[in-house]
Order: sequence, then structure tokens, then C-alpha cells
Amino acid sequence: MTLLGTPSQTVGPFFHIGCSKLTVSDLADLNVPGIRLAVEGRVLDGDGNPVRDAMIEIWQADASGKYACPADRQNKQFDPQFRGYGRVATDQNGRFRFTTIRPGSVPGPGHTIQAPHLLISIFMRGLLNRLVSRMYFPDVALNDDDPVLKSVEPSRRKTLLAWKTEGSKDTLQWNVILQGKNETVFFDI
Amino acid sequence: MHNGCGCPNAAQSMPDPIRYRRPSRATQPAYLHPSYASSTKRAPTQPLVVLAHTVSETTGPQFTENDIRGSGCDLTQQPSGEPLGERIIVSGRVLDEDGCAVPHTVVELWQANAAGRYLHDADHHNAPLDPNFTGCGHTFTDGEGSYRFVTVKPGCYPWRNHHNAWRPAHIHFSIFGPAFATRLVTQMYFPGDPLLPYDPLFNSIADENARNRLISTFDWKTTVPETALGYRFDIVLRGREQTPMDAPRVRGRKK
Repeated sequence: MTLLGTPSQTVGPFFHIGCSKLTVSDLADLNVPGIRLAVEGRVLDGDGNPVRDAMIEIWQADASGKYACPADRQNKQFDPQFRGYGRVATDQNGRFRFTTIRPGSVPGPGHTIQAPHLLISIFMRGLLNRLVSRMYFPDVALNDDDPVLKSVEPSRRKTLLAWKTEGSKDTLQWNVILQGKNETVFFDI
Repeated sequence: MHNGCGCPNAAQSMPDPIRYRRPSRATQPAYLHPSYASSTKRAPTQPLVVLAHTVSETTGPQFTENDIRGSGCDLTQQPSGEPLGERIIVSGRVLDEDGCAVPHTVVELWQANAAGRYLHDADHHNAPLDPNFTGCGHTFTDGEGSYRFVTVKPGCYPWRNHHNAWRPAHIHFSIFGPAFATRLVTQMYFPGDPLLPYDPLFNSIADENARNRLISTFDWKTTVPETALGYRFDIVLRGREQTPMDAPRVRGRKK
């Protein structure tokens, strides 16, 4: 190692100016294969107040479990129509929403398999470094054996699981709770 | 294929990816930094769960010039006219900790105008807006990891973190790099800014050498006669635990 890494600094309250051109709230065009769904949620601070100036980024594999990135060395083709990247900002109620497809499962450490998941980066004023979390899908058998979920204390695992919205089978809910009893699990990567 | 279910979409076994090195604590800010008031209700209170990198973290989104509309590296070229302020050139390289170039990665930039005002509804500072300045830029690094912006020097501005709080002049940078693990959002400061010793954001980095990475250097080589002063700002992303044998890499040029 020859160089010292550049430290992180907060994205601040005005990130919309520089980050709007790469905003992507619909991750998958209609012709991309996979189970289509919407994800909705809120970002809440330690007082339970909505965070109106958060930016959320999504990274995920395609429906076959392949990332659109040369560093994924699995011997399968990624879907050229699907990049797996999303970025949305929260609104005045701290809400965010994006649509995508459910990713396939991807390899985990050793010879394990990871359950389908979204990687989430969370940026906002007040955070000097991004927070990293994962969103998993409800009713997926692989969740029980997912190596990352298993590394989380059982009582906190539910914060990583989206849930179905009543009356809409295509919409999932998932919140980012920054502090408190139901604080979302964040990862040190 | 080892999973036995016969599903063509199932995950395949593959060697564990080469992980990115973790930064030493003092070189990155803590989440809770009480002198930065808004961190107190937003920093997590539970310890983070350490996650060994998988293919999910060692891959990341790839962008091309087609993904961003318009040209974005000269913030002084506006259809309506030129912005007020001191014209500057901000350039540098995006490297990893091993000094290897990070080529063809997107660099996003945003900043206040020369009067210290952002073109944003949430900015209530009573300094003037500049009709010829949006403060928004983007570019891609070239094959050697180099980037270059033409802009104006942003003004300092007050904020309400504490009594008589002023942010030093700064430019926001957002870089993706090769992987989800290398994502970085940071701020570039200017050499000799008298506000730096008082800024809780800048001083959130305990390690002095790491902190000083955030300060650009004045640079004669990129200063253009009769046009603009040059500032150099190299951005160093995380390196990997070992160099992939088959990855083509461009070594850093000596300064």
C-alpha cells in the first residue's frame, strides 16, 4: 500500500444539484426478464422524524444472479438490458420508491449461496460516511441459509427483510430506521 | 454448479473474490461526531455488522458517456453567459491505494457559486444566485485515471451547526470506482483556507495526513495564463487485498 485513501465527507443537503443526472428510479425496462416489483419505504431519524434529504443507491444482480460488471466471474451472461443500478432521493415525507426486478441468487463465501438481495447505500446530511445495508425478499427459502443474514443477531434480521403491502402483491415495503429499537442493520464493508 | 437444484438461474460456485482492504479507523470519519450536530440523530447507535466482501460488494455499476446527458466538465460554459467569480481549473487523478489508475469512472461534482450560494430550494443564505452558474458538473476519468473540471471558486457560507458557523470553501465529489465497496462521496477544500481549523466536517478525520488528503494543492502546471488558476486534487479509492493477476492496470505516474 503506497497511498492513503481519501476520507469520506457528507453528501450534504444539496446533493440533488450534482446527483440528479444519474437518478434512476426504474431499474428495469419492461423487456427485462424477471419478477417485477416496486419497493417503497421511509427513512426515519432518531426522533422518528422523516429524513427529507436522503439519497439511496441500489446495486443488484439480474434475474439470473449475474452482476453487470466484469468483476463478476461467474460463467454466465448478464442481461445486457439490465444494469442493476438505481438512485432515488427521499421526498418531504422521507419516502422513497423505486421499481426493479427480483435478482437471482449469487455465490457467497466458500461454497455458500446468497439469497436474492439488494445492496443499499444511504447518504445524507449528518452522515459523514455512507451507510450500507441490504434488502432481502419475503418468503424466500434461501433466506434461512443466507451467510450474511446468519451473521446478524436473529432479533435484528427482520430489519433487512422487506414485507408485502396489503392489496398489492407487486409492492414491497422496506424502511431505513437510523436509530432506536428497530434500528436497521448496517454493515461495515 | 453444485447447488443440485438444476435451476438455470441458480448461483454458481466460484472462487471467493479478492476483497478490498478496510481503511484504518482514524483515516475515515466516525458516524457519530457530536460537533457535527446533525450526526446525533442520524448516526447509527448499534455497532455495524462486519461483512466479508462477496461478489455483491466487489462488483459495482458501470457507466458510459451515454448515461449522462450533455457535457459537464466546464461549469463556466453556460448558454446565458459566464458566471461571476474567480475561474479555476480543478484536475487530478482517481487512483487506488496501490497507486493504480481508476480509468473510465464517473466523477460527479457540485458546489456553491462564488458568493457562497447553492442553486437549491433548501439554501436560504441571503447571498445572490448567479443566473449563469448551476454548480453541477460531471466527467469521466480517462485511461490514466485523470479528470479535469473548469469552474469558479466557490464562496464560503454560513450554516447553523453552532454560533457563527461558516463552511470553508469546498467542492463536493462523488465517485463510484470499480466496485460497490469503492463508492466514495467526499469534499475538496482549498489550501490556506482560514476556516479549516474550525470546520467540524473537515476535522472529523482524526488522522492528520488523511485529513490533509481533502485539501487540494495550488498547481502552476495546470494554471492557464490569462485564464484560470489550477488546483490539483487526487482522489484515492480503496485498494484490494491482492492484485488480480489478469487485470490490466495502469501504474501511477510519478509526480
